[in-house]
Amino acid sequence: MKGEKIPSYRQRLGYHSGLLGGIGMLASMALVITDVETRDYIAEAKAAEQRVFLNQVMPSSLYDNDPLKETLTLADPETKKDVLFYVARKDKQVVATAYKVFGYGYSGEIALIMSIDRDGKVLGVQVLSHKETPGLGDKIEVSKGNWILNFNGKSSQTPDNTGWRVKKDGGIFDQFTGATITPRAIVKAVKQGLDFFNVHKTEIMDKSLPADPPPPPVKTSESDNSHT
Amino acid sequence: MMSLHEYKVLARDGLWDNNPVLAQRLALCPALAITTTATNGLGMGIATTMVLIITNAVISVFRNVVTPEVRIPVFILLIATIVTVVDLMINAFLHSLYTVLGLFIPLIVTNCVILGRAEAFASRNEVLPSAVDGLMMGVGFTAALTVIGAIREIIGSGTLFANASSLLGSAFSFLELVLIPDYKGYLIMMLPPGGFIVMGFLMAAKQVLEQRAAKKAQEIQQTALMQQT
Repeated sequence: MKGEKIPSYRQRLGYHSGLLGGIGMLASMALVITDVETRDYIAEAKAAEQRVFLNQVMPSSLYDNDPLKETLTLADPETKKDVLFYVARKDKQVVATAYKVFGYGYSGEIALIMSIDRDGKVLGVQVLSHKETPGLGDKIEVSKGNWILNFNGKSSQTPDNTGWRVKKDGGIFDQFTGATITPRAIVKAVKQGLDFFNVHKTEIMDKSLPADPPPPPVKTSESDNSHT
Repeated sequence: MMSLHEYKVLARDGLWDNNPVLAQRLALCPALAITTTATNGLGMGIATTMVLIITNAVISVFRNVVTPEVRIPVFILLIATIVTVVDLMINAFLHSLYTVLGLFIPLIVTNCVILGRAEAFASRNEVLPSAVDGLMMGVGFTAALTVIGAIREIIGSGTLFANASSLLGSAFSFLELVLIPDYKGYLIMMLPPGGFIVMGFLMAAKQVLEQRAAKKAQEIQQTALMQQT
């Protein structure tokens, strides 16, 4: 570049802006094409990944529908977030539901997925992502310890409210040596998840079957309400 | 066209003499942040290498059109676009790799090795040498990251290439070694200070090797001189 003679038109402002604009256009074209081409594959890969997570907290023998396709969104007024419930059915009856809950650990958000059966008992809890200290806080991962399995079979009544704490705070859940904040955050998140479920229990458990196959349209005055 | 000798110089530069991490001391943020295991280092290195080859080649294509005044925005725009495209591609077609590296791929945009090579090499050379330079710098970066990761992993958790099969496929599960069974782990090596410590030792080792080589070369020269007189 240096030492070469630069043609005079290149020193004009118009050339510079035209060049930047042209490159910008090329760049956006490349981005649009890639986005369109990869969108379906990414959605597919994500669904497969979520299915793996679902299977970790909810044995697939329990249900015979596709919970990823049957979801229910409920607003949580406390966190101001929408919670997405995956609904599992066997013989058309709702048997369990799985949803994500979030805790705030030692170094950021901990995302968990938990599932609850009809009786309000925890079927399983798994960590989806976390940034806790390796070697201390990461014992919450099922690959590094059995701690997270302690939640199985618990409900919001057993143990009672004081029990839903780590042992250091008078509860029944172990903390780790050198790491109390992480387990405390998870116990709190799971308890909040259970409470939220209990508030909306009937809504979830009595969720009507999705229209499949779509019922023939009946022209009555009530047909407007049937899909709400 | 470049001669074979010049390509050899490029290779030597990228791998050792001008190694991005150990000699240029560039891109320390990714180099230290993710090298908690050898597998992570290798994965980040591979992703960076792919991006480096493509960006160097593309920037070399545009080198005769781009004026010095606007070259930096143009380079950054091109790099950001290519990284995004690579990010989407990996997400779509190598999803298991994406779950390991997902967080770090967008960070490649800010990896100063990429802009550094674009500015220092690709904007002055033809397409093929630029791509080769990208490849060699990338391999040098990968090697440095993998070595740092391996040392930290062995001392920190007693394993080597843990989870390699999720990165490279189940055919590579033989790489996953547990070197010290029942090892309690040495936490500091997994934390950022461990990264700095290991990198410091590696840089020192590189210096020692180079000084030794220089001394040897000098001795050979001296004995040659002695024999002449």
